[in-house]
Amino acid sequence: MSNVNINVHHMTRVEGHGNIVVNASDGTVEKVQWQVPEAPRFFEAMVRGRKFDDIQTIVSRICGICSISHSLVAIKAVEDALSIDISEQTDMLRLLMHYSEQLQSHVLHVGYLVAPDLFNAPSVVPLVGKAPEAVKTIIGVHRVANQMSELLAGRITHPITLVPGGFSKVPSEKELRQLQDTLKAQVKPLQTICDVVASVAGNLPNFERDTEYVSLKQDKTYTFYHGDIASTEGTVKPVSEWESVANEYVVDQSTAKWAKWNRETYMVGALARYNNNAEYLSPLGKEVAGMFGLKKGCCNPFMNNIAQLAEAAHVVEHSIELIDKILSKGIEDERPNISPKPGRGYAAVEAPRGILFHAYEFDENFECTWGNMCIPTNQNHANIQKDFEKFVPENLESGEDNLRQGLEMLVRAYDPCISCSTHFLDVEFVR
Amino acid sequence: MDKPKVAIFDFACCEGCQLQIVNLEETILDLIGAVDVVEWREAMSEKSHEYDIAIIEGSITRPEDEKRLEIIRSRAKVLIAIGACATIGGINKLKNNFDLKDVKKCVYADSADKPHVDTEMTKALDEVVEVDYKIHGCPMNNEEFAYVVRCLLMGKKPVIPDYPVCVECKAKENVCRYEYGELCLGPIIRAGCGAKCPSAGYRCFGCRGYVDNPNVDAAKEIMDKYDLTVEDLKSRMVLFGSKQGPTI
Repeated sequence: MSNVNINVHHMTRVEGHGNIVVNASDGTVEKVQWQVPEAPRFFEAMVRGRKFDDIQTIVSRICGICSISHSLVAIKAVEDALSIDISEQTDMLRLLMHYSEQLQSHVLHVGYLVAPDLFNAPSVVPLVGKAPEAVKTIIGVHRVANQMSELLAGRITHPITLVPGGFSKVPSEKELRQLQDTLKAQVKPLQTICDVVASVAGNLPNFERDTEYVSLKQDKTYTFYHGDIASTEGTVKPVSEWESVANEYVVDQSTAKWAKWNRETYMVGALARYNNNAEYLSPLGKEVAGMFGLKKGCCNPFMNNIAQLAEAAHVVEHSIELIDKILSKGIEDERPNISPKPGRGYAAVEAPRGILFHAYEFDENFECTWGNMCIPTNQNHANIQKDFEKFVPENLESGEDNLRQGLEMLVRAYDPCISCSTHFLDVEFVR
Repeated sequence: MDKPKVAIFDFACCEGCQLQIVNLEETILDLIGAVDVVEWREAMSEKSHEYDIAIIEGSITRPEDEKRLEIIRSRAKVLIAIGACATIGGINKLKNNFDLKDVKKCVYADSADKPHVDTEMTKALDEVVEVDYKIHGCPMNNEEFAYVVRCLLMGKKPVIPDYPVCVECKAKENVCRYEYGELCLGPIIRAGCGAKCPSAGYRCFGCRGYVDNPNVDAAKEIMDKYDLTVEDLKSRMVLFGSKQGPTI
């Protein structure tokens, strides 16, 4: 019977630090652990005493990959706390900005971080030699997503233009038209990327574990931005009650907190959004899901990467429509004109890797007295641990190298953002 | 000549500066062709203990990270700090404005005393080891990064701007943020970003740190004109400059 001793210290090709530890002797699994040793950064402590209009600048730095999501959710929570209303134009431009991050992050994750596993390469670098056209196509779509962020947010990482009540600067009609044309030209390259992934999709492990999936849900919309919190268990809660959904707790193997709702663990991310909202994907999004046989109710976590591809197609299609809608109403250079009132507020948005919650309270000087944030990867940690506990016994006989590779791929499938939660990935095999 | 071996490491940060390297898009293919990238955890699985140039993102917040940084320093001929966390401590230094026990309690409540959530005062890299080059900003400017790497490959000393953001802001013909009633840090902050924030309609909040020798007289003149004091200006230097040695 096999002895297995895995010790992956600081897993690679993920954002942040995580470790995997597996011990087995004579075919008996003694220890399986997903550990997060990332240095904690204490954002909830750091926002205290800061003015309401500095909050998005500070918390955007929780994550460089989903900085737009963190800024957006912070602005929403600040506006909720201070009873600040926004215009329809602001709402639509923010959604468009949010789409730019979904596209950028999904292409980065599937193209640069996951594809090397499917091609059995240690990184994207050797793929440049093996499949130069495919890599160039991925780079091209990634660049367009970044240009879209730059136009709407003022730069690619850590938005500048997002301010409570509106925007510090809005794009011109001409710039939006040009963006729309560029997006239309991305449909074909996206199909090429899907074809390349489809050619190696057989390397995605066939693994399933029934779990709870949590995401935003809004009437007849594949929502990333508005709506209530919904679970595949049938439960729905308003965003203002997110702390009773996440139910965060501290465990010894992780500096990042864990979360649970109706079941022992739950999963957030593209697959959770798909399982809750699949019928509202755009036609091209549905086509991509169909190419890979992705169906509502899927409980194979590796298919999260396929759901990300379907969403990439969806956000391109919906961005093209949204620009028409924005322009049909005429774009105006609105300046935020606000009269805030002190209070507490809550918000959620769908970051590329799952539902993201923030909450803040402000005193009569509009200085922050309390903040609470729960990021997607924290909500996934316990679910990853439970996946490990099923995956390891099922694959113990595949050999140490294959098992290690499978576990790393499993963690990568979640698109973890460990530096958000603090960091997470090391694999340790103990003999 | 052998290609220089380059390793990229991160400490406490958002990893946004590493993302800026990825965001060089096609340019990165040229850079990768000119060097031998031997370790980069975020992007590749390869690892190595041998490298000539260490590129480091993030600030130091725990004793064990300080030790890891010292080991990296001992192996590298050239050490480059990228981004505000590494060059000046960045946003992470906001934590230093509070009692550390209180900071831990605020986030981890009853679990605050567990050893694995421990933390120390946040430090920039040069508070721990010698740093050869700093690429400033939050995030760092990736064109500046590519420029510095090219200079090193050609054996040239890169020139990092040492004049205030106002110089670049004026060149862009922006209306001064003070005219909008905002307290902008442009007069005392190191340029090189292309005045990105003022150009997007927002005040400079100081992510590149102070210029080496701020022109205090000029800063005072601006403050006088708008009925403010240099102290008002410095009081804003908290988001990215907490506990940074004041130079004015």
